[in-house]
Amino acid sequence: MSRIFTPKVVTANALLEGDVVYLAEDGAWVRRLDEAELIEDEAIAQLRLIDAQSQPDRVVGPYLAEARASQQGPVPGHFREGFRAAGPSNRNHGKQADLTDV
Amino acid sequence: MYDQTEFDRDFLKTRAAQFRQQVARRIDGSLTEEEFRPLRLMNGLYLQLHAYMLRVAIPYGTLNSDQLRTLAMIAERWDKGYGHMTTRQNIQYNWPKLADVPDILDALAEVGMHAVQTSGNTIRNVTADPYAGAAADEIADPRPVAELVRQWSTDHPEFQFLPRKFKIAVTGAEADRAILKVHDIGLQLVERDGVIGARVLVGGGLGRTPLLGEELRDYVSMDELLPYIEAVLAAYNIAGRRDNKYKARIKITLREEGMEALKEQVEARFAERRGIYPNAVAELERIEKGFAKPVYKDAPTVAHFNALTDRGYAEWAETNLVSHANPDYAIVRVSLKGRGATPGDITADQMRALADLADEIGHGEIRVGQDQNLILPHVHRGDLPALRAALEGIALAEANTGLVTDITACPGMDYCTLATARSIPVAQGLADRLRPIERELGQVTIKISGCINACGHHHLGHIGILGLDRAGVETYQITLGGDPSADTALGERTGPGFAYDEVVPAIERILRAYLALRKAPSETFLQAVRRLGTGPFKEALYEEQKDAA
Ligand code: SF4
Repeated sequence: MSRIFTPKVVTANALLEGDVVYLAEDGAWVRRLDEAELIEDEAIAQLRLIDAQSQPDRVVGPYLAEARASQQGPVPGHFREGFRAAGPSNRNHGKQADLTDV
Repeated sequence: MYDQTEFDRDFLKTRAAQFRQQVARRIDGSLTEEEFRPLRLMNGLYLQLHAYMLRVAIPYGTLNSDQLRTLAMIAERWDKGYGHMTTRQNIQYNWPKLADVPDILDALAEVGMHAVQTSGNTIRNVTADPYAGAAADEIADPRPVAELVRQWSTDHPEFQFLPRKFKIAVTGAEADRAILKVHDIGLQLVERDGVIGARVLVGGGLGRTPLLGEELRDYVSMDELLPYIEAVLAAYNIAGRRDNKYKARIKITLREEGMEALKEQVEARFAERRGIYPNAVAELERIEKGFAKPVYKDAPTVAHFNALTDRGYAEWAETNLVSHANPDYAIVRVSLKGRGATPGDITADQMRALADLADEIGHGEIRVGQDQNLILPHVHRGDLPALRAALEGIALAEANTGLVTDITACPGMDYCTLATARSIPVAQGLADRLRPIERELGQVTIKISGCINACGHHHLGHIGILGLDRAGVETYQITLGGDPSADTALGERTGPGFAYDEVVPAIERILRAYLALRKAPSETFLQAVRRLGTGPFKEALYEEQKDAA
């Protein structure tokens, strides 16, 4: 019996800043999880991951992360991804500081 | 302080220059991440959850004021204005940009600092008693030996690819403030027939399999110390397992091979290497000159005694001062666990102000403790009231060292890529909840780790908290009865863990039970746990579940 594929986003860290980044539908790397492409098909997910892995000059350590659909775009599927998307909870100067500016 | 030689300066400059080229080659695409990763790790550069992290060694926890100012400058110029003190006498910068790291390493090299061997399967930063050279109970200052070991271990070609990381700590006092027994090698300076040598412990460590170090040799003379520890490393390098990283530390080698077999292997390697460092004792003597005691001043101490009538001052003096070898002086513990603080974090402004205070009244020295606090090791008692007032001005006068709000916590899932749960907000929540009763509770040490790697030393907390991911939910396991002192003990697990929003009240229940159970206020939490066992505390901890059942 094959596993049921659950939706994913492609995520990595940016090479220069180390920032958490996500692959958007148009192939751009974006900082916000809600702008990422939510991939619901396993074969497409693998293709997108291969695409990400072919960009070592831009990102480090790409992988597929669990995510769920919402009205506002993808939301994290696990609390670790929630912290990656939001920045550290003890100081408001990580990603969350930038996100509120947007 | 250690006097750097031309050799030291050249080495650091060369390493920084090499890394500059490596970074440039990574950015221009000539190095892949697989090729670059080991190179960056050799220079202390990790990639964490949100950014790169640079771990800078503070060898044997000793800083001079210029070094602290440089750390402040780095925090301001290339990071977000602060640094994080770890439990192994390192400072971590959480936000450096890859292209800036070579400049940071150059700035560090200017003041004799570096990030070499703060990662990887090598001999890590050599740690020591943070009160070294100042403590009243010291037999010998451990820092010269620690420096000798640092020199020997830095870039040692044989030990750059060990089965696993290797940690060495040194103390010069009976009261163990460097937690020797949780190090791969612990060196305790001891005196025999009036001659200082080292007692060698081996095979301690925390992490997934916490084990306490055991005595390998009761005494090694100074001229044989480097060949002897080199023999330990050489034996481990061969016998240590490389097939399973969870079994690769020397603590496992020791238990798998047995003490007698390990001793035999060490002695065989030692016989080959005896005498290979004929200049070590001369170098040790040169190093020792740099660690000469400061010129203590002779002045009235009355200001301190007059100030004791002020309650706030008296409370600070009670918790944050430690006896100094010179009775007119005190060792001052500077808490990095103030209200709302992230344990171990210090801002650039605080670093700079503290460096100035160290220059004015602290003989220019600052130390970093394994409890993530800072220390001014030599302060004349007459200067203490002025010091405290100045520390208040920079929010570093919290009178809580050793109390329940002085919590050790690793970065956990707010920063660390290996984390399974958060540590920092748990520490903050506990500190806020327990602050009103911290004086009543007396000496209680809480230590929190965000994963099984145990960087927060949770096994050693009187109360230990380990954050885990249980089916996608942050869950906290509690241990009781750990002890980081010379009577080193590992805490005992209480039972099922608690969710994030349950853990603070759970710990409070344990501590309220202690207040009810103790014989007298003079009986500390740890003494009460030892007298009563963990039973009554577990009962209090799980009482809600029982009621619900
Ligand atoms: S204990 Fe785990 S979470 Fe905490 S700093 Fe160490 S590796 Fe990271």
